[in-house]
Amino acid sequence: MTAALRITGLTVRYGDVLALDGVDLAVEPGEACGLVGVNGSGKSTLFKAAVGLVRPVAGTVEVLGGPGDRARKSGLVAYVPQADDLDRDFPVSVEDVVLTGRYHLMGPLRRPAARDRAVVAQALARVGLADLAGRQVGRLSGGQRQRVLLARALAQEARLLLLDEPFTGVDAGSEAAVTAVLRDLVADGCSLVVSTHDLSMLPALCARSVLLHRRVLAHGPTAEVITPENLARTFGLDQAGAS
Amino acid sequence: MTATVAAELVAVAARVPASGWDLLTEPWQYGFMQRALLVTVVASVVAALLSCWLVLIGWSLMGDAVSHAVLPGVVLAYLVGAPFAVGAFLFGAGAVAVIGWVRATSRVKEDAAIGVVFTTVFAFGVVLVSVTPSQVDLSHILFGNVLGVSDADVWQVVVLGALAIAALVLGRRDITLYAFDKVHAHVIGLPVRRIGMLLLGLLAVSVVVALQAVGVVLAVAMLITPGATASLLTDRIWRMLWVAPAVAAACAVVGVWASYVLDVASAGLVVVCQGLAFGVAYVVARVRGRRSSRSGSSRRPAPGSAAPRAEDRPRDLPAEDRAGGPEQGVQAAPGG
Repeated sequence: MTAALRITGLTVRYGDVLALDGVDLAVEPGEACGLVGVNGSGKSTLFKAAVGLVRPVAGTVEVLGGPGDRARKSGLVAYVPQADDLDRDFPVSVEDVVLTGRYHLMGPLRRPAARDRAVVAQALARVGLADLAGRQVGRLSGGQRQRVLLARALAQEARLLLLDEPFTGVDAGSEAAVTAVLRDLVADGCSLVVSTHDLSMLPALCARSVLLHRRVLAHGPTAEVITPENLARTFGLDQAGAS
Repeated sequence: MTATVAAELVAVAARVPASGWDLLTEPWQYGFMQRALLVTVVASVVAALLSCWLVLIGWSLMGDAVSHAVLPGVVLAYLVGAPFAVGAFLFGAGAVAVIGWVRATSRVKEDAAIGVVFTTVFAFGVVLVSVTPSQVDLSHILFGNVLGVSDADVWQVVVLGALAIAALVLGRRDITLYAFDKVHAHVIGLPVRRIGMLLLGLLAVSVVVALQAVGVVLAVAMLITPGATASLLTDRIWRMLWVAPAVAAACAVVGVWASYVLDVASAGLVVVCQGLAFGVAYVVARVRGRRSSRSGSSRRPAPGSAAPRAEDRPRDLPAEDRAGGPEQGVQAAPGG
């Protein structure tokens, strides 16, 4: 079976700084993979490399059995940023944002067809924001804005979702809504990579996890990866890095 | 906005009751006034459309840079007898390229890179003017000479302006996504670099157009003020794209007309009008904001209520990964 995401020997440098060192990662269709590490451990770099935003020094990235740019052109990959990464004063409505999930399916003028609007309405209903479609994105709570970004990935009909800290700064209601939608996606055969430094959500969502600190420190079933010893090791490395 | 304009017109007309109507219509009988009006309106509308995105992306300083950097291009074009638009475009686009290159390949931050490059290029233009024969009038380039535009200039402005307006209107959705979320645009396979280049190219074109109307120094006002004004009046970009050009066009009409009546610099007056319109919009926004906070219902969350929590670190990646300081640890280790 073709992996949804296959990363082999990935090494990324920023100037003199080694951000990722020979990372291997494979995510199968219908699998949710947790990506655990402290800040600065290379989680975001891994995502950026996976979507072709940073050029690796070495290693390869394969998305859904092909090169990354082919998967991107057909909209099969979605990147779900943290809501706070985006300008909340930006003058667009919730529906406007979710519609951008389908821009690659529209003509060059990005004029939405009836089907696009229907899919967007469906996506918003799935994340429980149907009645807020017309609201400016800044007039939502952090958790609601996170759900808007998830709805955009749903509207995109992506097969691989990369989620950057989807539960950071999110209220309990939104957390439950996001988790439920993500579980449904996995059941439908979509693949997820969920980066987090908050481990409480992980076992419920991701069967498998990877512990990252520039290199892969541990990988396997989530319960076996998130052990006190492994976490102590990550902490230890972090302290060593800081001194 | 048109109501304000109309009120202003009526007020001025009322002061001279005998010749009120004449005062309104008289300026437009002259060819030079018609040309001035056409050039100023076209330039205002192009710059106003673009300004909506410039203020959202945070590229206002880039508008400043491009408008100044065109100076040597204009002087050289005069010298060799080429259309001034060609020289202006080459130097405007060239300055943008150099700014991007300096920023990407050194530790100099963007605002410093912009400052260094555009002042240097502008200064080079000043030097060029000083060594050229006297037919190049520096003050015309710096502050515009809209009352003296030729028919050829008008054609140039109208054609370039129409092309820029068409490109901005047709590309509005892609440009808006570019301004809002470049990463998502890239991930769904949109040509992000090309959209950015298009935007900078259109910035150079609109400076070239605005140059005729208000000159190098005041062009930057037309590239910032209408967008900032519109952003105060509405929180939908699609409405901003109507409001900004409408306000700017109204300011152009009032400014050019009043400059004739009062016998003052038209470029200056047009930009002053834009500034006044911004002032009015600011007051309207404040009053509206106070009213909606009193009624309370659909207000945006108060600043801080959904603010980034302490554990959120800047997520600009290279910086984050470079950070070697004490990091936030992994939280809530089960069974730990």
